[in-house]
Amino acid sequence: MADFGFTLSKGRQIDYEANDKRIAEYIYSREPSFRLCIECGGCTATCTTGNFTEFSLRELHILMKRGENAKVRQNIRKCMLCGKCTLVCPRGVNTRNIVFLAKEAFQMFDNHAV
Amino acid sequence: MQFDPFVIPFNLGLYFIIIYAVARSVVWFRELSRPDKLRLQRGFFGRAFGASLKEIFLESLIHRKILKSNFRLGYMHMSLAFGWFLLILFGTIEADVFGTSHLNAPYKAIFFRFFNPEHGRMGFEKFYGFLMDFILAFILSGLLLAIIKRFYSRIVGMKKTTKLKLTDKVALTSLWLIFPSRLLAESFTCGAYGTGSFLTGSLGDWLASFLPAQQMAYPFWWLYSLSLGVFFVLLPITRYMHIPTELFLIFMRNSGIRTGDKAGSYTEVQIHSCSSCGICIDACQMNFSAGITNMQSTYLLKGIKRNDDVTDIAYNCLMCGRCDQKCPVGLELSPIRMIERRSGDSNSHYSNVYRGYFRKKPLTLPERPNGLPSYSFLPEKEPEKVDVLYFAGCMTHLTPSIKNSMIKILEASGVSYGFMDEEGGVCCGRPLMLAGQEREARELINFNSQQIWKSGAHTLVTSCPICYKVFNESYYLDVEVLHHSQFIKMLIDEGSVKMRFLRKRVVYHTPCDLGRGSGVYEEPRAVLQHVSRLEKTKYDNENSLCCGGSLGNIKLDTSSRHKIAGDAAALLTRNDPDILATACPLCKKTLAPVTSTRVSDISEIVAEALMEHSVRRNLSKQLRSIKELANIS
Repeated sequence: MADFGFTLSKGRQIDYEANDKRIAEYIYSREPSFRLCIECGGCTATCTTGNFTEFSLRELHILMKRGENAKVRQNIRKCMLCGKCTLVCPRGVNTRNIVFLAKEAFQMFDNHAV
Repeated sequence: MQFDPFVIPFNLGLYFIIIYAVARSVVWFRELSRPDKLRLQRGFFGRAFGASLKEIFLESLIHRKILKSNFRLGYMHMSLAFGWFLLILFGTIEADVFGTSHLNAPYKAIFFRFFNPEHGRMGFEKFYGFLMDFILAFILSGLLLAIIKRFYSRIVGMKKTTKLKLTDKVALTSLWLIFPSRLLAESFTCGAYGTGSFLTGSLGDWLASFLPAQQMAYPFWWLYSLSLGVFFVLLPITRYMHIPTELFLIFMRNSGIRTGDKAGSYTEVQIHSCSSCGICIDACQMNFSAGITNMQSTYLLKGIKRNDDVTDIAYNCLMCGRCDQKCPVGLELSPIRMIERRSGDSNSHYSNVYRGYFRKKPLTLPERPNGLPSYSFLPEKEPEKVDVLYFAGCMTHLTPSIKNSMIKILEASGVSYGFMDEEGGVCCGRPLMLAGQEREARELINFNSQQIWKSGAHTLVTSCPICYKVFNESYYLDVEVLHHSQFIKMLIDEGSVKMRFLRKRVVYHTPCDLGRGSGVYEEPRAVLQHVSRLEKTKYDNENSLCCGGSLGNIKLDTSSRHKIAGDAAALLTRNDPDILATACPLCKKTLAPVTSTRVSDISEIVAEALMEHSVRRNLSKQLRSIKELANIS
């Protein structure tokens, strides 16, 4: 295909029926503040890990809520649990516990994947 | 031969508990690691033996520590423990001296009055009877306090008392019945024979005046024996197991055995030594500020003892260490909690009561099949060679004024220093450790160790007590680790920085990881005294409060954290100081929004007091710090 210097974005749809919401449900039931997130990205901006590599807690939040876990599974282990995101969060989301629970949920549902 | 069937329950209980205690001690001893075994042997047959005996007398019988902190509670514990001990001791002597023969079976001493109803009519016998009555009265006074405490805990100065399980309640009832039934049994016997001293004698006379004392006495002797027997049999599966275990614990501790980071015999002995006195509940800020009363150390230990799932309890704790300080038995509660966090969820919950008599299988780390490294993305860097390495830490990067103050101080000191995480570094690893993720933490520790080693520094200065603790305890480094307050103290002592005196009233909030966690109390206070008017509070040093922001607690919600922070700030600023000083960026960040008093880190106060002319003219470095400041504003 000719290279025009731009591409069309790939067509994609979120199939809520097929997606695996177990991880998100697991977190919702144990850390209700997961619902408070307004996806402002403050956590990602301050992130210690994000300083070295591509890692966005905001993105992982959204993906988990959608039930698209593949990328979350690959990336969640990069978090260092340092807690800066919790301190900057304007909504008081307990982000550390969300990462902690996500890891736990992957261990439980996904055959020790993380 | 003096014998009656009613002594059988007591005898069965007593021999059961003696055999059980010996067997369990043997198991515990065998489980110890080899060095610990040697320590215990050396401690038992060496100088530590005397110290242990003294401690057993002062702590297990007199309960000196509880008496010091809370007299009424201490009196309650003392009267039951020391009183019972005296009763057994003098009872045995009484049976030996006044009984029919020497070296009697234990039941003859316990039920002496039943077998010798005519005893105690005159002379020395009468005096001895008085003594025994006095001891019994002493115990009963404590028992009365205990019963009132169970229903109205404020009477002994406790805000909360521990909640009990069914077996605990049965054992508690049998314990409560022991002494009143002894009193009644002895009184009826004395009433029938006209003997007894001021307590049993007069009560007996009065009861005999309208009741058939001879017939009434026998059932109460049965009750006395039964309640003793039931108490002994239930002892291993209730909190009263602490009575025999604590002796073992004191010998182990005085021999130099410590908890360490793996579960083992010593941890198990500690768990069984907890008497559920509830002092840790009163000390806990999660209780008195946030109203959370299900996760304190006594419940953790009780949960482990009963093999319940304690994961939630183990993680829901600020790890501030206040309970470690207050525990009258001297249990190492935070290390036990950390072991529990690392062990994860052990899937061996049993509910049968009788299983409680057998020891729980030792905790093992869960297998993690995925052994891939988590932080392989971290870049390899070649740091420049320096003498002093400054590690700000994640939290300091969120409070840039601390970072800038430290740069100013380091510049003024004139040492050759490097800023290890100038462009945002790697986490020190302690937050992962606190989350029980040891393997991941080790990865970060190895990475940071390499960086420090490559820099060739001989001193590592950090602004964050969280980092300080982990650098000190878990890194194997050949450098001197200093918290910035220690570093500043060193500079002041050397005279390499000059400061003016700030006319400000300052109170100092000791950060948990720096104070109780690492034992650094003096240096920050000395620095503050040097530059300001440091005032005392009720919450200095070991009694310091937690700011509530602790990374130790993963589960605590934001509103509870605010409550804890608010209470802590209010208690510290009661005398309305000009500055609430702290030595931790996280404490500063947590306390600043909840108080109208200015909250400052020590480095900020020192930077403010720093004499300008003592700042060295070093253009490149100066430019760099100006650039720093420009970046922030």
